Formats: sequence, C-alpha cells, structure tokens
Amino acid sequence: MTSDTIMIPFYQALTEDVNALAAPQDSLQELRRSALQRFSATGLPTLKTEAWRFTNIQRFLKEYPYELTSTPATTTAAVANEASIPGLDAYRIVLVNGHLQADLSSIPEGKGIRIGAMSASTDAPGFAKWFNQHAQVNGEPLADLNTALFGDGLFIELQANVSIDKPIHLVHVYTSDRHAFIQPRHLWVLQRGAAATVIESTVHPKQEAVAFSNSVTEVVVADNAELWHYNVQQGAENFRQVNTTAAQQERDSRYHHFNITLPNTPFTRNNLSVVLHGSNTETNLKGIYLATGNQHVDNYTFMNHLVPNCNSNEHYKGVLLDNANAVFTGRIHVHQEAQKTNAFQQNNNILIGDKATINSQPQLEIYADDVKCSHGFTAGQFSDDALFYLRARAIGEEAAKALLVNAFTHDVTDEIAVPALQDYIQGQIEAIMNN
Amino acid sequence: MLTIKNLHAEVEGKKILKGINLEIPKGEIHAIMGPNGSGKSSLASVLAGRDNYTVTEGEVWFNGKNLLEMSPEDRAREGVFLAFQYPVEIPGVSNINFLKTAVNEVRTYKGLPPLEAKEFLKLTKEKQQLVDFNTNLMNRSLNEGFSGGEKKRNEIFQLAMLNPSLAILDETDSGLDIDALRIVSNGVNKLRDAEKSFVVITHYQRLLEYIVPDFVHVLYNGRIIKTGTKELALELEEKGYDWLKEAEHQKESV
Ligand SMILES: Nc1ncnc2c1ncn2[C@@H]1O[C@H](COP(=O)(O)OP(=O)(O)OP(=O)(O)O)[C@@H](O)[C@H]1O
Ligand SMILES: [Mg+2]
Repeated sequence: MTSDTIMIPFYQALTEDVNALAAPQDSLQELRRSALQRFSATGLPTLKTEAWRFTNIQRFLKEYPYELTSTPATTTAAVANEASIPGLDAYRIVLVNGHLQADLSSIPEGKGIRIGAMSASTDAPGFAKWFNQHAQVNGEPLADLNTALFGDGLFIELQANVSIDKPIHLVHVYTSDRHAFIQPRHLWVLQRGAAATVIESTVHPKQEAVAFSNSVTEVVVADNAELWHYNVQQGAENFRQVNTTAAQQERDSRYHHFNITLPNTPFTRNNLSVVLHGSNTETNLKGIYLATGNQHVDNYTFMNHLVPNCNSNEHYKGVLLDNANAVFTGRIHVHQEAQKTNAFQQNNNILIGDKATINSQPQLEIYADDVKCSHGFTAGQFSDDALFYLRARAIGEEAAKALLVNAFTHDVTDEIAVPALQDYIQGQIEAIMNN
Repeated sequence: MLTIKNLHAEVEGKKILKGINLEIPKGEIHAIMGPNGSGKSSLASVLAGRDNYTVTEGEVWFNGKNLLEMSPEDRAREGVFLAFQYPVEIPGVSNINFLKTAVNEVRTYKGLPPLEAKEFLKLTKEKQQLVDFNTNLMNRSLNEGFSGGEKKRNEIFQLAMLNPSLAILDETDSGLDIDALRIVSNGVNKLRDAEKSFVVITHYQRLLEYIVPDFVHVLYNGRIIKTGTKELALELEEKGYDWLKEAEHQKESV
C-alpha cells in the first residue's frame, strides 16, 4: 500500500479493520468479507497497474472526502424525468443510489419474468448460480470493493424463451447531501432463448455534494438468448463513475452493448468484459465518447474468446473537444481452443480541442491459429475539404462541425435498434456540437 | 455585381494570383479559360473564402459589400455559389439533410422562416427535374460513391436549390458525357435571368455552345492575359494557348 492511498478517507477506515464491515447484514457476509480481504491485499490500482496506465484513479478518489454510504434515498418524478427520452415507449425503472424506488417505476410482470431489487432476489435461482461468478468481477480491486460493500441494485431474470415486449429504461439517480461513494450492484440473467433490451441513463440532480459511483453489472446471456444493452452516460459536473460490466455468453447467444459517453461527468471509467463460454455467439461492443472541458473518459474493454466459432465486433468512436482526455484499451484474448474466431476492433477519434488527447492501445493475445482478427486506430482532425464544402453551402462553422461529428459517429448510432433512442443520441450529439 | 481589383493571393507561401482585375455586371455570363495550373480554381476558392489562401493585395466587392471580410458561409448566404471542380464526399451526412440545412441557413440569414417539410419537398422535386437528378441519390450520403457525372449534377442541383445571384462553375462540364452536358447546361440556362451572373470555368469550347458567354477571359500564370467574346473560345480551341503565352512572355521580358 502506498502512502498515497492512506489519504483516501474511507480507504483508511476500511483497511484499519477489515472486519468492521459497513456492509448490509445480508446472506452474503462471507462473500463480502473475502472480497474485502482480496481488495485490501491488492489495494487500489496505481499508474503501474497495467489496466490503469493512463488513469490515476487515486487522484479522482482523493478529490473529495467521500463517505462510503449505502443509505437509501428517494427522489422525485421531476428528477427522474430528466432522463426521459422523447418518444421512447419503455418500462421505466428508477434506482436511487442503487435502491429501487417502486412508486416511480413500472416493472414488467408476467410468467417467467422476475425483476426487482437485488436485496429481495437472493433466493432466485439465477442469483445463486450467477452472482459474483465472472472472473473480471471476482479479483478486480474496484469490483471486489463493490462486492464487499454494495448497497443494492436491479436483479433481472428471464426464464427460457421469455421476452419483454418493450425496452426497460433503467434510470440511475445519484443523490446525497454529502460527498458520497455509492456502489450499486446489478445482475441480469437471460435464460435460454430469452430476449430483452435495457437502456441505462444516469441523472445527478444539481447539488453541491459530489457522488462517485462504483457500480458493477453482471450479465448472463444463456443459449440463444439476446440482450441489447445501452448505457447512456450523461451525468453531471458533480458526478464521477467507475462502471464495471461483465457479461458471459453461452452458445448461440447475442449480446449488443452500446456505451455512449457524453458531457459533463468529469471522470468516467468503463470496464467492459465479455467472456464467451459457448460457440456460435455474436458480440457487438459499440462506443461513442464525446467529451468536452476537462472530462477524462477511459474505456477498458476485454473480449475473452474461450471457445471456437464466435464473432466479436468492437467499434469505439471518440470526439474530443477542449482539454478532454480519452483512453481506449481493446484487449482481445483468443484462447488456443478458440479456432475460427472472428474478432474485429476499431477505435477512431477526432481531436478537436488543441489540448485534447487520446491514448489508445489494442492488446491482442491470440493463441489460436485459424482466426480472423484485426484492429485499427485513427486519430485526426476534421477534414478541411469537407468543412469548407459545407460552409460554402451557407452552413455555419458550428453547424458544419455538428454535421461532421454526427457523420463520424453515424456508423455507431445507425446501429442503435431503438429508433427513439437513436434520434435522441443523434440529437444530443448535434446539440452539444452546436453549443 | 462583382468587382475584383488587383487581386493577389498565395497558398503555402506560393504566389498564385498575381493581380486579377475583373468586373462582372449582373445578368452576364463570363467564361474563364486557361491552361492547367494557371490559377482558375484558386480564383474560385478565394472568392468562396477558402482559408488556406492568403490574399496579399487587392479587393473584391460583391453587391457593394467587401467580400473578403466575410466568412465562407456568409458569402454563400449573400448569394455566392461555387460549384466545385472536385465535389467532396462526406460519408454519413445525407444529401437531403445537408440540403435542408443549407436552404434554411440561407433563409434564416434573409430573415425568412425555415421551409416546412412539405414546401421543401416540393422545391426539391421541382429542382430535381430541372437537372434530371436521380431521386435515389437524395437519400444517400453526400456525394459518397457518386460517379463523376452524378457529383457534377449534384452541384447544379444544389445551385438550383440555393438560387444564388452569382454562380461560379469550376469545370462542371469535365467528365460529363454529351447527354449530361446538355442536361446540366439546360439547367443553367433555365436558372439564368437578368438578376443572376455566372462565372464558367472550362477547358472546352463545347460547353460554351450550350451556355453562351458574354465574355471569355484567359487566365495564365495568375493574371488575365486576354479578354474577348465567345469567338475567343473558338480560337483557343483551334490554336491552343501557346500564342498567348508567348505574347505574355515577350511582354514580361520587355
Ligand atoms: N494547397 C496548395 N498548395 C500548394 N500549391 C497549390 C495549392 N493549391 C493550388 N496550388 C497550386 O496553385 C496553382 C494553381 O492551381 P489551380 O488549381 O488554381 O489551377 P487551375 O487553373 O484550376 O488548373 P486546372 O485547369 O488543372 O484545374 C497550381 O500550380 C497548383 O499546384
Ligand atoms: Mg482547376
């Protein structure tokens, strides 16, 4: 442990007495305790940690004297409505600091659908089988910290061949009158042949206190199941986030993950890992990060191909204004058995701000010989020719840039399968650029 | 309408325009011819406001306003239109969205409300017919994967949509087959009226049989070295530029 970490107030309290758990008294005590022990042994990542080379998490944790908290809070419809997506017909579920607020939520019901608070779902078969099973959760410091002390979150389990007729719009509200370190935890299990769409949005009401969320979402997509998973990260100035999404796919399943980071959350780290346990799967990891001001956005992705005949397609596009910093890591591991893997990765960036930076690193570890893998990285400015062409057609400079940014991001936004969400994202990008 | 006085411009430290004088009254069509690299496109770019060109000397007045002080978009809104020699492909920007934005920018500038979807569609249909522009191309990305001829037709289609008072056509005829050339020229002739002026840059006299110019200028080495009527184009077609170049070099050495 470096002397640095000792400056983080809650960290100090934690490490002084591992047994003095502030965690809820639930049936997971043993699990929580061992996760905390693992966390204490590893400590927080430093710049020397391979996966955190360009993001100094400790700096962000030291910014404010965060208090570890899992106290439930409530919010109002007006606050939850800030996450509204015009024209979106969906089941809205509101979580406040991870705690389900039933009066603002409409929870889909029906045979084979179980959706509710994690704290009320520990008896579900999917919970027993899948909770805390993903290797990228079990053993990663921030995920371990979450396991040890998480408050609550959303549990979804769809039985075989059940699909939900409308998307679930999951609205995360973070609120606290003191600087708070909040740790939600979710588990979503789609049994064989099940299908769902989940759209996540984040709202942080304007207030003085800063919220730092360290959330973990475990996703299981069983045989022939399909999940469309959108994470729209808009947040606010006084919000910080580390999001760990860990998915496992069984044979013939499809998982489509879209991660859209927009202003103004100053610090975002997304850990996204997908492990393939069954063959003939399809995985799409699509990302847009449009960052302004001093935003720091770090996307760490990990495609883990364990078995043959799987396809993964990853495309992240960045637009960086002002002093924004972005980091992209695309780790692809193709194990020796995973023959006939198709694994593609692209990371393209437009740097608009003079001081904007991107650190992009593909990490390909390929141990099978009969595979198709590729990766590519670009970083550039606007094409002067294109910009001039638009301006010569009476389109103002800002509007022209907005058109070009939308054009740049279109191959990702075009694949958003919910039309209202697609319009919303494209509209947001245009509005940000016109500002 | 347009007055160019002693215009000098350079790009990347290289002198390209070396004292252009040109007066284009409203309602007239002026052709500009000249060998490759003589500065025709550069002149068009400077007029449209391309910022990699630096104007080092001279003035340009457009309808009483100092053109050189305006941004490219304001020049376009004031009524200057450049049909590009090489139209740019912009993947992801749909042709129709782009046009709607452009048309409404001009309207806003003029204090008019944006066009209703219906009116816009009507205008689009009408102008599309004028240049025989394929409807399928409307919903595609701007110029992406268009053939050379389709790109040129798109330029004229945009010209028709934006209805500028000064249109500069930079080699719009290059790469067009004879049918396309006729269609494009017909389009221009239909748009032409007493309030509009055209600058037609071309290498071929053929175009000038369809779009008949009031004057023909020869640009060489950054200067207009000869001005005449449409017969000059015929003469150039026959004799090439060497006789003019020689005369110019003799003048220089004197
Ligand atoms: N960006 C640039 N950097 C350097 N030189 C340039 C640039 N743009 C144009 N030039 C030069 O300026 C000169 C004039 O070019 P311009 O394109 O205006 O000629 P043109 O008369 O239109 O020729 P063409 O008939 O081939 O279209 C050429 O020598 C060209 O190489
Ligand atoms: Mg030219």
